[in-house]
Amino acid sequence: MTATVRIAAGQGFWGDWLEAPYRQVTGGPIDYLMMDYLAEVTMSILQKQKSRDPGLGYAKDFVPLMERLLPLLLQRRVKVTSNAGGVNPRACAEAVGAAARKLGLAGKVTIGVVTGDELLGRLDELLARGQALRNLDTDRPLSDVRDRVLSANAYLGAGPVVEALRRGADIVITGRVTDTGLTLGPMMHALGWRPDAWDLLAAGTIAGHIIECGAQASGGNCLVDWERIPDLANVGYPIVEASADGTFEVTKHPGTGGRVSVAGVTEQLVYEMGNPAEYITPDCVADFTSIRLAQRGKDRVRVSSVRGRPATDKLKVSLAYFYGYKAVGTLVYAWPDAYRKAQAADRVLRQRLADLGLRFETILTEFVGVDATHGRLARGAGVAADLPEVQLRIGVRARDQAPVERFTREIAPLILNGPPSVTGFAGGRPKPEEIVAYWPALIDKREVQPCVELLRV
Amino acid sequence: MQLRALAHARSGDKGDTANIGLIARTPKHYPLLVREVTAARVARHFRGMITGPVERYELPNLHALNFLLHGALDGGGTVSLKTDAQGKVFSTALLRMEVLVPR
Repeated sequence: MTATVRIAAGQGFWGDWLEAPYRQVTGGPIDYLMMDYLAEVTMSILQKQKSRDPGLGYAKDFVPLMERLLPLLLQRRVKVTSNAGGVNPRACAEAVGAAARKLGLAGKVTIGVVTGDELLGRLDELLARGQALRNLDTDRPLSDVRDRVLSANAYLGAGPVVEALRRGADIVITGRVTDTGLTLGPMMHALGWRPDAWDLLAAGTIAGHIIECGAQASGGNCLVDWERIPDLANVGYPIVEASADGTFEVTKHPGTGGRVSVAGVTEQLVYEMGNPAEYITPDCVADFTSIRLAQRGKDRVRVSSVRGRPATDKLKVSLAYFYGYKAVGTLVYAWPDAYRKAQAADRVLRQRLADLGLRFETILTEFVGVDATHGRLARGAGVAADLPEVQLRIGVRARDQAPVERFTREIAPLILNGPPSVTGFAGGRPKPEEIVAYWPALIDKREVQPCVELLRV
Repeated sequence: MQLRALAHARSGDKGDTANIGLIARTPKHYPLLVREVTAARVARHFRGMITGPVERYELPNLHALNFLLHGALDGGGTVSLKTDAQGKVFSTALLRMEVLVPR
């Protein structure tokens, strides 16, 4: 057990800055590198990849990244927690193991593999046993979409991450473990926190929430005084330094860009927040109204007095199901009368879609440069008559592919047979896209058994 | 006065619900936010842009309010046709609101 533990965020989502993990490992002392890859619908994308090739289904970027970092991680005794395993953590671990052997590190790396979150193969059995898996937002029963379900995973907590670390894992690769569990796990392991120390678990959960989106806690996407945040090109990703008593400080490596401030950390705390007094995870219920923040020097914020309550007897389940099709087309109209031309083009297009008898669930028009982000609130503030250009952005959604396919052929003709001064169509005809929708539900905890295996490379 | 002078904000999504965390620029502005930026006023502000109700939660410790705007994202996530399908900039739309500031 140690007095403090340093956990560094390396990725806030799949697609985040590839340099960040390397800089976290080399920029100063850290104990753990935490990398979150899974957003709500990522699992279904990975499930699709796995159904085409049983050796896939994980965040592929993770493997070359580990190949680059492994020698440094071993040299600096930095451990890794990541949910890069997606729907195939074992295959991900095997791929990292192969990379380690290629580097001549055979016998030196232990990989912990966390599974047990996968429920797809057990869905009918679970439904038969009375787990209705009702949609948390709409209260509809899963039977509505049962035949279209593509993936189903329970959110596991920090428990199996702790177990993998306790059994000697250098790298913990998980499936659908919560973003916060990847940070809380190392804290519980390193600081000896018991699984019923609710205030401590809530503190670790809040630490995880602060750093799970990477640089969003250290100056990225930060609205307050945004123009004065220094050197974002060189932004330092956040690091949590946690003490055994549950207090922790958020900071970043010296010499990096960005900013760690009370205002910036507060922005991240309220990000994707529901009821702040009840932030429910598999590990505990954290109370965000108990948090105390204080600036403790440049780029250092102290977080203290966090309170938590016992975990519930449920786990959240993330299901994905096939919904239908959508497509979005865009054209750019130039001054003079850019907005009026774009509006006229929208009317022409809608009339042609109607004349063709095409049926859509939704047709949505936005005028980028006028109202795409703030809707009528922006139009109400007045639209400048001499806007240099406006982008017409029109999208359609339907359960069937045919009308969406036909829509994609109706954009380009407007270039020659619609209102004038139109450009910006170099991308060609838009492609119909399959919609995989998200279905959040709850399941009794006792139905889910997390599993930890070790792969010794 | 426009809310942007008194507060900053960040927003995100949960399914078809957008959340907006509204944070006072200084602690002394927090009571004013509590008084002026009610759930009912936010619902009026976004009328026609959201299909569900607005809920408000208070975080006096962070001088912040959290709003949940239900039915804000045309189905949310992958289903939505909106540019801002994940409600990332709903926060800035709230900052357009005009509030009464005592002199």
